Amino acid sequence: MPDTPDIADRRDAVCVIGAGASGLAAIKNLREHGFEVDCYERETSVGGAWNWRHDRSPVYAGTHLISSRPLTEFPDFPMPDTWPDYPDHKRVLSYLERYARHFRLEDDVWFGTEVVSVVPVGDGRWDVTTQSTGGGSERVQRYAGVVVANGHNWSPARPEIPGDFRGQVIHSAQYKDPAQLRNRKVLVIGGGNTGCDIAVEAAQQASAVWHSTRRGYWYAPKYLMGRPADQVNDRTLQFRLPLRLRQWLYRRVVALTTGDLTRYGLPKPDHQPYESHPIVNSQLPYYLGHGKIVPVPDVTGFDDASVVLADGRRVEPDLVITATGYRPRFEFLAPELLDSAEDGRPDLHLHAFARKHPTLAVVGLVQADFGLFPLAHWQSVAVARWLRLRASDPVRAAAVQQKESTRPLASWSRRRVVPTARHWFEVDHVDYLRAVEGLLREMEPAK
Amino acid sequence: MKSELLRFDDWTRPVEAVEREVVSLTEEADKDLPPLLFVPGLGHGAWAFAEHWLPQATARGFAAHALTPRPGGDLRAHVHDVVQVAASLPRQAVLVGQGAGALVVAYAMGRYPVRAAVLAAPVLDGRTTLWAALRTNPGGTIPALFGGRLRLSRKQLFGPEMPDERARELLGRVTAERPRRELIKHDPAPRPVGDPPVLVVGSPDDRVVPRASLDRTATRYGGAPLLFPGMGHDLMLDVAWAEPIEAILDWLTKELTQA
Repeated sequence: MPDTPDIADRRDAVCVIGAGASGLAAIKNLREHGFEVDCYERETSVGGAWNWRHDRSPVYAGTHLISSRPLTEFPDFPMPDTWPDYPDHKRVLSYLERYARHFRLEDDVWFGTEVVSVVPVGDGRWDVTTQSTGGGSERVQRYAGVVVANGHNWSPARPEIPGDFRGQVIHSAQYKDPAQLRNRKVLVIGGGNTGCDIAVEAAQQASAVWHSTRRGYWYAPKYLMGRPADQVNDRTLQFRLPLRLRQWLYRRVVALTTGDLTRYGLPKPDHQPYESHPIVNSQLPYYLGHGKIVPVPDVTGFDDASVVLADGRRVEPDLVITATGYRPRFEFLAPELLDSAEDGRPDLHLHAFARKHPTLAVVGLVQADFGLFPLAHWQSVAVARWLRLRASDPVRAAAVQQKESTRPLASWSRRRVVPTARHWFEVDHVDYLRAVEGLLREMEPAK
Repeated sequence: MKSELLRFDDWTRPVEAVEREVVSLTEEADKDLPPLLFVPGLGHGAWAFAEHWLPQATARGFAAHALTPRPGGDLRAHVHDVVQVAASLPRQAVLVGQGAGALVVAYAMGRYPVRAAVLAAPVLDGRTTLWAALRTNPGGTIPALFGGRLRLSRKQLFGPEMPDERARELLGRVTAERPRRELIKHDPAPRPVGDPPVLVVGSPDDRVVPRASLDRTATRYGGAPLLFPGMGHDLMLDVAWAEPIEAILDWLTKELTQA
């Protein structure tokens, strides 16, 4: 293939897109496997979504971890054991900054640089076009592999609500500070963890709060018997209890702790536990019980000053916050490279490996009942080991690829889930890590 | 095989946080050199390294730290403490473990990508070590087999050149501990993450770790042991303490410039 003179060939180097938690883990693990790495980060600092200074950060003042510390830290770089069970976003950012400094990851990051396009040039190599964030001249460099770690919690999914509304409507991405809620009448739309957390903050600040959810959920408490609930839950996984038994236990535990929320007007869950992303919130039932949060059904339309609900009722908030989540976006990649469907859902092996492009991978595109950092860590170890094996032993790599193609989808991807975009990347962390470990063992370096 | 990824122990019952004793010498440290973290073995504390090796490392520009193992802690807790301290340092650390501290370092290497590691007189072959201890110091060892305390003897820790008075003084600081069964019987140490360079140092005259055991450990980590004849098990306290630490720092400097 003829080389155009302005393409700088980085030979065996790998390009990482994004210097958030997943990108940092990718740099570190690629380097440990002997790769040179160039990482492009559109912002001027690390931390991605967890850095509240970044304009794409979804973090607000009260953001804290939903999964507890031991289930959230990188497996090879623990958070300080003196930290609380559920650190807040400032601590999480400082943790990522220390991780980057500790391993000197910033040496390989090009800050203030965004990726414009990533194009395959055959033979598994990629032309990556970059430019200064927001403009400037473009630069093309050629890499042996590309690891996409651009995050999936920055492009807001906004519901389409018919009609005109006189009040203010914002997405939860624009919610930063409880002062935005003070003494206002607030409607929070969305039953995810963010929606519930904002509803609770609103209950403490606003003059009236409605919380609109489409269906009933299993609201788990953050603590059980004095331990973070996820740590207790993992015991049932450790002993490999069958799913049905775990679902029964979950229902029992929720009945004994959170209790029956239909009493407050919330709908009954229309699905079994473990079939939707877990909602962990101890305070929501408390404020429901104190009448500070009024549960309401789905919103069907706006009408001047009022919001029309599915049951025909109308409420008149000053502020509507749509906590309706985010969608993954890969503007720099042609959709077919990730086998993306029309709705934007990529189809990747283990939610990480592009099926037709062995040197293209995505790290951090999973949702689990677990912290994301450890999953992103093991994904990036698998990607690094795969790229190494492919370069050093193509025959064995082909055998691994063949074997992986027979790995049943149901073994690592949670199939029985509420069919919404929210659950595109939902996995059970134990099943998922078992599958990744299986892949890692196949690629174990020869002793 | 135990799973490296599924860490139910850490997820369901994390090690309790304790106040850790760390002695640090960081003045005049060269920022481009990795920090060193020294991990002592049974009965010893950070003081054992603070005597000679810590200042010697600082003199060569390395920030140097030594951790006292938590009293009564099991292997898992000791590994946890080492990884916690290592991760709290500003840069990727070099771990140096001596005796049973080397066992802790060998395990910690499976949990934290060390910049490099040094296993000094490593107690990695439990049974061999036990036989050697029974031969050299039956009176101090046998009670430990039945839940009593382990009293280490002068013959085990120091070479013949150690003056009597100094030997008594040092032995007075070594605490008699109840060793856990896992010191002798444990799973093989995990594969180090990140494939770091590992050096094994020891003495052919060590009455705790026999020569054959040193060779086995070194082979496992892909090398041969660096030997300091005439010295006892406590390489950092024995009369010739300067030789091993200088050799370690020379090796480290070479490894760092090669990278």
